[in-house]
Amino acid sequence: MKFTRRETMLMALGATAATMLPGRAMADVDEKVAEFTGGAEIGEGGLTLTAPEIAENGNTVPIEVSAPGAVSIMVLATGNPTPGAAVFNFGPLAGAQSASTRIRLAKTQNVMAVAKMADGSFVQVSQEVKVTIGGCGG
Amino acid sequence: MADNVKPKVRVPKTASAGEVITLKTLISHPMESGQRKDGDGNLIPRSIINRFTCDFNEQNVIDVTMEPAISTNPYFEFEAIVPETGAFTFTWYDDDGSVYTEVQEITVG
Repeated sequence: MKFTRRETMLMALGATAATMLPGRAMADVDEKVAEFTGGAEIGEGGLTLTAPEIAENGNTVPIEVSAPGAVSIMVLATGNPTPGAAVFNFGPLAGAQSASTRIRLAKTQNVMAVAKMADGSFVQVSQEVKVTIGGCGG
Repeated sequence: MADNVKPKVRVPKTASAGEVITLKTLISHPMESGQRKDGDGNLIPRSIINRFTCDFNEQNVIDVTMEPAISTNPYFEFEAIVPETGAFTFTWYDDDGSVYTEVQEITVG
């Protein structure tokens, strides 16, 4: 079998597209983070993310975020079709900059939290959650 | 759109001035993610609650932006400062434009 120049080009294009597909979800995560931070540097520390190591049911995974002195905290499910989960904005009467909720995880993945501190700096933390049964239908 | 949406909140009846209390909220809602397909393979359109806020005497406690990754029957637990006697207002905003509100009073004694 012999390939013409045109066929070779098409195959190369196809291969590039195929390798780029898995990167799409990660690009969404980067985009979400950039939107939240405005491209600022992200440090570490001062933010705690509590999530189970193994979640049997991806439909309801309890998580808790806590960052004393934070203005807002964003939670991302990096392996979901749409990575955004929630953004908590704390008002003047918030007793503590912490909140818990339940999220859906489509598969085993890293759950990530990014907090905006009162001084305008950002910190992030992430934790892997193993999911036995995914929680996005399908 | 979403039927039988029922908010439930747990607020202590009394507190001392300046006390930090824990609030728990739950609202029954399917939170259709927009990712699922029905029996015929058609995508079920997204229908979620996209925002939740809690205020005390018109001062904000928490304002949450919610996305499809929030589970069915969204649950939130958070803490608030109670400076004086007053009422907590909990508000949920649905994709379809509905707004669900729950008010709970608290006495500072």
